[in-house]
Amino acid sequence: MTISVEVDGTRYEREVDARRLLVHFLRDDLNLTGTHIGCDTGNCGACSIIYNGTLIKSCMVLAVQADGARIETVEGLAEEGELTDIQQAFSAHHALQCGYCTPGMLMSATALLRGNKSPSEEEIRRAIQGNICRCTGYVNIVEAIKSVSA
Amino acid sequence: MLLRKVEYARPPSVQEALRLLSERDGARALAGGQTLINVMKARAASPDFLVDLQDLDELREIELGSDGTLELGAMVTYSDLLSSAEARARPILGEVCATIADVQVRNRGTVGGNVCANDPTNHLPPLMVALGATMTVVGTGGERQVPAEEFFLGVYMTAAGPGELLTKISIPAGKGDGFAAVTIGKDGTCIVNAAASIDGGAPRVVIGCVDAVPVLLQPQSAEGDAVRTAVRDAKLDPPADFHASSDYRRTLAEVLAVRAVQQAQERKS
Repeated sequence: MTISVEVDGTRYEREVDARRLLVHFLRDDLNLTGTHIGCDTGNCGACSIIYNGTLIKSCMVLAVQADGARIETVEGLAEEGELTDIQQAFSAHHALQCGYCTPGMLMSATALLRGNKSPSEEEIRRAIQGNICRCTGYVNIVEAIKSVSA
Repeated sequence: MLLRKVEYARPPSVQEALRLLSERDGARALAGGQTLINVMKARAASPDFLVDLQDLDELREIELGSDGTLELGAMVTYSDLLSSAEARARPILGEVCATIADVQVRNRGTVGGNVCANDPTNHLPPLMVALGATMTVVGTGGERQVPAEEFFLGVYMTAAGPGELLTKISIPAGKGDGFAAVTIGKDGTCIVNAAASIDGGAPRVVIGCVDAVPVLLQPQSAEGDAVRTAVRDAKLDPPADFHASSDYRRTLAEVLAVRAVQQAQERKS
């Protein structure tokens, strides 16, 4: 099947098998490897993307379902090499160690802050509930998100 | 490549979806996919043909009737429900949906998918039975109304059979509702859950995770002792796994039933 998707502002048309997961399509067909695969079971959130405006896990959607969709990945956050506030905050607060979960964390934080400019700590923690980090213990991630809250 | 080879269609109407579901061998409806795609990865399910319901906008509606009946389209996501003013007519729905998994899953998972998957650990099957919901099931032969307590037939099995679709869940007016669960981690899978509703005389209490289908109990009153007696009299024989023994689930069933009824009782007035 041929699908047409917009990813980070660029339109792509590709032939895909119906059984292909969206995350594999992004990484292997489009070579957009910023979006990570941690568990492939829908638990870890490393593959989180913003899909038609809402945060989802791209390992639980088929690529064919995304025909016509507008997708934002971690690769589209920085514009012209300039990191977004939340990306800079992750760096400043040491909110990553191995960095594997970071693409998903950044997308969850971005989605949260679009809908809620000044989330409470509880709201921040709930917003990243679907993103597993095995290094940081989450404290610095929460601090980073807090630091860019209004 | 994780999934077995599968065919795919994205019909523009309920009628076309029903035609595909009834004519194609091994066809299965794909709603939010937050269960189905994962079980396909694990090869626990291997449909031959997926009928994607995403374009069926009429299944995404939430309506509140003048008599207080709340109608949820089967493709309403948990997040849709959480942001719906109409759905606040029955607050327990939003409260329970807010505790399902995480933001990403709530943005995509649907109420229809939750009940049709009928995993015994799901939140909505016992809740829908407690609330006295009615399921609208359509097939190529027409439409029928199935009370929630007759909808859940077995593990992963419901009254929406091959070639049929659940289109709508209708929930009568009421506010005396409660829900309690012990989960694996916050907002995780339920080990045991209980839903209760007191809008007539005696409460309706429904226990999940202890049998293939939600277990409906009708204690004589909302008193703790009456609720505990009703749970004991049901002679539950819950499954055991590495999270909980059968005995522990039986104990939880009593405790959670009492908690759910207490919450329902407090809200009734």
